[in-house]
Amino acid sequence: MTNRRVVVVGASAAGLATAEALRRFGHDGPLVLIGEETHPPYDRPPLSKQLLSGAWHPDKLALTGVGDLELRLGAEAIELDVDARQVRLDDGSRVGYDDLVVATGARARRLPGTDGIGGVHVLRTLDDALALREALTAKPHLLVVGGGFVGAEAAAVARELGCPVTLVTDIAQPMGDVLGTELGAMLAGLHREHGVVVHTGAAVEEIVHERGRASGVRVKGGTTLEAGLILVGIGAQPNVEWLGGSGLTLGNGVECDETLYAGHGVWAAGDVASWPDPRTGVRHRIEHRTNAGEQGIAVARNLLAGRAAATAFTTVPYVWSDQYDRKIQIYGSTRGADDIRVVEGSTGEGRLIALYAKNGVVSAAVGINMIRALRGYRALVADAAPWTSVIEGAA
Amino acid sequence: MEITVEEDKCVGAGQCVLVAPEVFDQRDDDGIVILLDARPPAAQHDATRQAAQVCPAAAILVRG
Repeated sequence: MTNRRVVVVGASAAGLATAEALRRFGHDGPLVLIGEETHPPYDRPPLSKQLLSGAWHPDKLALTGVGDLELRLGAEAIELDVDARQVRLDDGSRVGYDDLVVATGARARRLPGTDGIGGVHVLRTLDDALALREALTAKPHLLVVGGGFVGAEAAAVARELGCPVTLVTDIAQPMGDVLGTELGAMLAGLHREHGVVVHTGAAVEEIVHERGRASGVRVKGGTTLEAGLILVGIGAQPNVEWLGGSGLTLGNGVECDETLYAGHGVWAAGDVASWPDPRTGVRHRIEHRTNAGEQGIAVARNLLAGRAAATAFTTVPYVWSDQYDRKIQIYGSTRGADDIRVVEGSTGEGRLIALYAKNGVVSAAVGINMIRALRGYRALVADAAPWTSVIEGAA
Repeated sequence: MEITVEEDKCVGAGQCVLVAPEVFDQRDDDGIVILLDARPPAAQHDATRQAAQVCPAAAILVRG
């Protein structure tokens, strides 16, 4: 194994974690890391937080720690030939491998028909964040399309920078699909208290523009909301197009088995990887920073162990968000919850821990400004504790 | 092995405590990392390296 040449495509959190873990677990053969962006590897969570606010210089986002590898930056993988075991890059060159790890992540979704219109931004990369930060310096009216974490964090930063902010989401509450009605309403209230104009249940149909620059958005029903700066935060889609025709199974991401093996000598990790939860068989693709690191480590371990000894990847997903003075943390999966109970604190106090139930077991634990205490509830999620035990315990 | 932590990068995820509870803890009020042992014994090295790698804020630096 030691002389095998491992190529990792994708130089963000998952790819870098894979490379670092390969070295840590003893791989001393050739190791190549290919990244599409020209920037050295950097961390993304601060992009919508400290980087956007200007509190941090981009240098502080640098991800380091892996020595002894061949790093190819500004190189986009455009084709995979699993028979020849080669990756073709956009400069026409081919990179051969013995083992391949796909960690090409996801890219921001855009609204159709907005290419080339000034004042329309997404927030996914360092260049995106720097462009938005630059645009915010003139204190324009920012309109955020989308009620997810990225949009909500950017709205909070823009308010703190003194910009008028409007947030438009097609769901009932910002983050309501993730957090449920009660906590979603609490966070919507937080944004309103800070001066954000929140429009809920409003689907954006198009960007309105004049002479090549955005002037607002039109929502379903015909209302136009005016703003000179638009941030489109409507999620991300996995970067799998370059793998078309390779023989890998592509669906919502690269479809792997329980061990993150995608077939044909290829593994996948991070936002791009879809794998079945060994406990439920349900396929997941997770776009969290923590998952990228965990899957990178798991792929490195399984790749070195060999397929016969590879073990299933299991995780308790973890994600956090910073908005104003609130830190929101989530263990597990909150979507589609059947029941939600606040078990410590309260929405009125602005600090709480809530448990979420699905199919009779604890599916998630959510904390708001109860950071250390939340960790104690993680085991309930990891063990899929019966919901009845939670209700009885609280009674 | 020598460990340093960057408190201003720490996001309070607590992943390090889950992996290496003898080396890391969290403050009660804001959840920021507490380094219990900057030079952990050999028996803790694997867990410490794992903790540094799973930190979602890349706030733990391990040397040696």
